[in-house]
Amino acid sequence: MNVTSSTVEAITVIEASGSIDSKTAPEFERTAIAAIQGQKEVIIDLTNVEFLSSAGLRVLLMIYRQVKTQSGKVVLVGTSEEIQDIMANTGFLSFFITVDTLDEGIKTLKAS
Amino acid sequence: MTDNRIDYYPTHEHEGIKFRRGHTLPFGATMVANGVNFSIYSSASTSCTLVLFERGEAEPFAEIPFPDEFRIGNVYSMIVFELNYERLEYGYRMDGPYNPAAGLRFNKSLILSDPYAKVIGGRDTWLNKPNWDNVYQYRSRLAFEDFDWEHDHPLETPIEDLVIYEMHVRGFTKHESSGVKNPGTFSAIRSKVAYLKELGINCVELLPIYEFDEWENSRESPTTGEVLVNYWGYSTVNFFAPKAGYAATGKFGMQVDEVKTLIKELHKSGIEVMLDVVFNHTAEGDHRGPTISFRGIDNKTYYMLTPEGYYFNFSGTGNTLNCNNPVVRNMVLDCLRYWASEYHIDGFRFDLAAILGRAQDGRPLSNPPLLESLAFDPILAKCKLIAEAWDAGGLYQVGSFPAYGRWAEWNGKYRDSVRKFLKSDPGEVGGMIQRVMGSPDLYSLRGPTASINFITCHDGFSLYDMFAYNEKHNEANGENNNDGANDNNSWNCGWEGETSDPAINFLRHKQVKNALAILLVSQGVPMVLMGDEVGRTQKGNNNTYCQDNDLNWFDWTQQETNADLYNFARGMINFRRVHPVLRSPTHFQYWDYVGSGYPDISFHGTKAWNCDRSASSRSFAFLLCGDHAKQGIVKDDMVYVAMNMYWGGLHFELPALPPEKKWYLFANTDMPSPVDIYENGQESLLANQSDFLVGSRSVVILIGK
Repeated sequence: MNVTSSTVEAITVIEASGSIDSKTAPEFERTAIAAIQGQKEVIIDLTNVEFLSSAGLRVLLMIYRQVKTQSGKVVLVGTSEEIQDIMANTGFLSFFITVDTLDEGIKTLKAS
Repeated sequence: MTDNRIDYYPTHEHEGIKFRRGHTLPFGATMVANGVNFSIYSSASTSCTLVLFERGEAEPFAEIPFPDEFRIGNVYSMIVFELNYERLEYGYRMDGPYNPAAGLRFNKSLILSDPYAKVIGGRDTWLNKPNWDNVYQYRSRLAFEDFDWEHDHPLETPIEDLVIYEMHVRGFTKHESSGVKNPGTFSAIRSKVAYLKELGINCVELLPIYEFDEWENSRESPTTGEVLVNYWGYSTVNFFAPKAGYAATGKFGMQVDEVKTLIKELHKSGIEVMLDVVFNHTAEGDHRGPTISFRGIDNKTYYMLTPEGYYFNFSGTGNTLNCNNPVVRNMVLDCLRYWASEYHIDGFRFDLAAILGRAQDGRPLSNPPLLESLAFDPILAKCKLIAEAWDAGGLYQVGSFPAYGRWAEWNGKYRDSVRKFLKSDPGEVGGMIQRVMGSPDLYSLRGPTASINFITCHDGFSLYDMFAYNEKHNEANGENNNDGANDNNSWNCGWEGETSDPAINFLRHKQVKNALAILLVSQGVPMVLMGDEVGRTQKGNNNTYCQDNDLNWFDWTQQETNADLYNFARGMINFRRVHPVLRSPTHFQYWDYVGSGYPDISFHGTKAWNCDRSASSRSFAFLLCGDHAKQGIVKDDMVYVAMNMYWGGLHFELPALPPEKKWYLFANTDMPSPVDIYENGQESLLANQSDFLVGSRSVVILIGK
């Protein structure tokens, strides 16, 4: 797993790749939590994430809860069909806006 | 993380694994800061070893014997540091004497599941062939207990307002006609919530969802060659863990979140969730059975044993859980509290609940402490508690189950009376009058809400088969048709099995509608079996416990092919829900205590105000006065129900209404669909207000408004 954060058009973008499980989730969490401090608009780019375990899903929800306390929004980008299916089955998907590309994600947040 | 507690640091080390003394309570494996707290009870073992696996690995990565000083009383506990919560699987080895005559069956070569494990791995995908050589088959795992329930809360619907739908998690959506993603899973049920809502159901009762092994006693069907499995799941491996094989995400170990998401979704639609729980026995069978957990951890605590050390068998399945041992009693209580608080479960139906009232030597107790504890438990205070008030040891307590003002019962006498009445047996009118009133003969002090009314359940014929078969046809089960009940009170309407005779098929459908009509106008709490609303057939098999196929799966095309039945069932269920007069929480008083000019209930026959209760009578009618609905708190219409199970039509003189009201027809099962039932509010005004010809074997429902 690799995780980076950047700012695109004043929106915080967290990009991860590889497999997010209980081994790698702490690093994903550390990077993401640091990046979202004070942010209201956050994009998590999962285009290159192959697998999200329970622990990984929990990091996503933790980010959502922190951003939500500031009345912000979290958009997931490029979530694979399999991961979306797991997220739907376990109830995590309903917390997020999901779009296919980073551009769409930025448009979605700018429009809201 | 704050680390200002002393117990954030290990004190011991074993083969590189760091640990320290643990907390004795709660039992099970609990995530704590820096580690996992393990705690397990065993009264007769001499020592205990914690065995740790990386998920799915054949060999453990560590085995840590509990140091003597970690045992307090009969409880071993330790905190192990730096474990990977998600990848961890754990078990125990218990050392002690092997002396069956003394009730001791320790064997330290076996690795045992934790009775308090919240997740069990090993049977993660339904019917995925297990590795039988695995040293540890049913692996204890940890659960994240941080589910985001948002605003959800158990619904606390008054029990008299429930319409219960008994369903099998897998069977509901497994059929290809269901058209859902992940068929046969918890998740898939969410795609059918709209169906349940339209049908009018406000409570689903799930057949066992505790982890069981579908491979238990698996074999080949002699008639079809298909593999026969433990499909119903009445054979618990672990009481705290949901069945992974029922979850689309079971292979990822995420079943806990999936079940909770389903419950949250059902609650959003106003549908309660009740669990069918099986505390009478476990999957370990008798002395020939496998040692999975309880037997190896503390055999004589968990099981009722004969003086010779064999297993009492009041459950008909080999062993009987020792429910009134105080330790086991606490486990049952812990388990139900856990499901009520952690999963927001609204109620429980206890399989063979009479066993829960037996003493440790098998005697029925007059004041069973377990039943009393459950009734007065602060966490379970708003949960529905429903007993199957009999057991396989011959204890039959319908009407006499120790209720403590709380417990309701599956009313087996309701089932039998209605079935006999429907097949035109003589001498049933008197009994039926009791049944439609909520069985005051059985529940005089407890009220009609003690009576869970049902005509069919998973055990026995489906409703359609009740009118298509005189005899059971269980050959596919491979037990020479010796299994299953013989006293079905069924009637095939003149031909055994399927037929193309339109008259017989019309009569069968009429009988299904008669049954649904009677069930849904009876006081008490109705329970409908999954699929009965669309004429589901088990092809005459009345014991489909092992059939993972079309005999059990809900065929969604029947919603079209038997649209008349679906339409009638939906109409009747919703009729009950819009008429509070059908849902009294207390028994009728037979007098006019609100000054409406009518008693709360009155009985009639072919002559108004004259009910023929003689043995030869096969018909009667009753009138409910809407002004008495919910003891006069709300206003409802007058509801008149005529039931004629005689094989000829009978003229029923209608009781006179107050001058401002008229009789309207709501349902007449003698008519073809769609004029057999009307939408609520669209009932048909009767031309003849004083007399109604009720057809042979028919039910007619009128409302006066």
